[in-house]
Amino acid sequence: MEPGAWSPLLMPKKGKSLERYLRMSQMPTLWCPGCGHGNIARGMLQAFDELHLNLDQTVVIGGIGCSGRTPFYSNTNAMHTTHGRALAFGTGIKMANPDLTVVATMGDGDTAAIGGNHFIHSCRRNIDITAIVFNNSIYGMTGGQFAPTTPQDKKSSTTVYGNIDEPFDIAELAMAAGASFVARTTTFDFQDTTELIKKGIQHHGFSVVEIITQCPTYYGKINKLGNAVDMLEYEKDMTFPEEDEPIDWKELSGQMPLGIFREEQRSEYTDRYRELRESQKSKTDVT
Amino acid sequence: MRLIQGNEACALGALEAGCRFYAGYPITPASEIMEWMARKLPALDGTFVQMEDEIASLAAVIGASWAGKKAMTATSGPGFSLMQEHVGYAAMTETPCVIVDSQRGGPSTGLPTLPSQGDVMQARWGTHGDHAVIVLTASSVLDTYVMTVKAFNLSETYRVPVVLLLDATISHMRENVELPELEIVERITEAEGGEDIFGNRAFFPFGVGPRKVVTGLAHDEKGKPETSRGQVGERLLKKALDRLYVDRDHIVSYKNYQAGDAKWLILSYGITSRPARAAVDKMREEGEKVGLIDLQTLWPFPDELVQSYSEKVEGILMPELNLGQLIMPAKAAIEGRAPVYPFNRADGKLFTPAEIIEAMREIMYNGKLDQTAILEQRRNGK
Repeated sequence: MEPGAWSPLLMPKKGKSLERYLRMSQMPTLWCPGCGHGNIARGMLQAFDELHLNLDQTVVIGGIGCSGRTPFYSNTNAMHTTHGRALAFGTGIKMANPDLTVVATMGDGDTAAIGGNHFIHSCRRNIDITAIVFNNSIYGMTGGQFAPTTPQDKKSSTTVYGNIDEPFDIAELAMAAGASFVARTTTFDFQDTTELIKKGIQHHGFSVVEIITQCPTYYGKINKLGNAVDMLEYEKDMTFPEEDEPIDWKELSGQMPLGIFREEQRSEYTDRYRELRESQKSKTDVT
Repeated sequence: MRLIQGNEACALGALEAGCRFYAGYPITPASEIMEWMARKLPALDGTFVQMEDEIASLAAVIGASWAGKKAMTATSGPGFSLMQEHVGYAAMTETPCVIVDSQRGGPSTGLPTLPSQGDVMQARWGTHGDHAVIVLTASSVLDTYVMTVKAFNLSETYRVPVVLLLDATISHMRENVELPELEIVERITEAEGGEDIFGNRAFFPFGVGPRKVVTGLAHDEKGKPETSRGQVGERLLKKALDRLYVDRDHIVSYKNYQAGDAKWLILSYGITSRPARAAVDKMREEGEKVGLIDLQTLWPFPDELVQSYSEKVEGILMPELNLGQLIMPAKAAIEGRAPVYPFNRADGKLFTPAEIIEAMREIMYNGKLDQTAILEQRRNGK
């Protein structure tokens, strides 16, 4: 492959070059050919561009796994943390300096397995962090084991006879836990990726933007879903845009709804703490 | 002069040292530290967060440190076990932070809430991989205050996680103290310069200076991951360890209690140094030349100090509230220059001065120590 031609990050078919948003010293990415993570990363960087984010005041944090590498490629401050714990680090960053924009790039294992606790508590606190969840239904970095989002009966290297686990619906989990902005799209719907990430960053509170993405290397191969293009078609078939009428989450079977499921203004965590601080400053004898 | 609790002294020391961020999870016997911080930080423009667990607590502390705040957490053994993942992350990312572990009997849920010194090895080696870390301890309420300030100062100076080991008794005891004025090490600011790279002291938070790349992967001075050439990560790792070795005199704190002319030495630390001190007083009254070295820095282990005393004495008694932990590096430092006798208990009880005197006399006059006999005899009230 020609240098510079390694991903949709650098060579957009449409739109302007996002090179200034890329940390060129970290190129090429380690993502496999056909992986959807580059599309999500591009969507994120395009969102940064359209929002005119101050890159010096932005911190992209990631967990461990393929998605966790995104901070390295983003020409912002970058914190590649531990598996599942990005939001716990982010809580410290945001609470210590609420002026920083904090965006977390997390995998489905990060979000719903090892980091499930940090995820639901971040939702509950409603801290102003945007969590972009790269959901490819598989553990890619470790070689294709099943994830808490792998649908029942699907195969992986640890469910060779079919998955008996019930999967989590991450958007539904986020809503149940109290996130104030929850949206979902797919890498097939690329334009929505940028739009939803933009909305998530603009939203003042905890935002979850789940993006269904393809892993042709492991998930696609073992489940015979074809190449990356076939998997984008599969994403389209497995999902449907949210209608105006409310979704009955209990009645969903197989197909996942897409769209903005929740967008509500609620008091945000760092704001609440600042108010508490102001109230104490006026009356506490600090010695 | 004020009457304060060990945990309160720790919180006061932290605030004095400039700590403005605390994240933690409740656990006995450390909880009062977080209660004090929760109460005091808001009015000081600081931040307190009660996290969902200890893993998250240390993660938040590290995040806050990178966002520009001096930051700490406090816990006890079970929580300290959970924190090990991020002790390694703090070491790998050269993040200043302070972790207080008020020890209780272990392993697991163990003996809540009886004192112990069972986390000495975990504090040094608890996380996977070689790494730089400083471990301090204290044997009084006043020392707790002083060592907490020192923990922050060392953490800022060397960009390492610093663990302060307390125990259930020190945490909860109250003593009259006059809090001294202490020197505080501040972070280097952008104006003061210094190259902000890994392996250097300068540490600019997110939003100050060039954009940072922070990772727990092996990386180069700029933070770029380097996982195929292992020597790059090893270079930074060695640099972090060397800094502590070269500056050991600055890092090592201890108290010499009548050890100058001692023929027989007690080597102890933390709560155990208190009965040891009483034992020295009593034996000195009777003309026995016994002295005490009360170690306040456990890691890096003060091997030159211990070695130099071992050359002057006829025997060393090492009482510890564990089944023999710090005696391992001590023996390695002493290299047979003097016989070293372990004296151990992990039953949640403190040593009494009488037990230490009896043990000391056994080694002085019989040249051996049957520690079980001494402790069992007293347990059975004989």
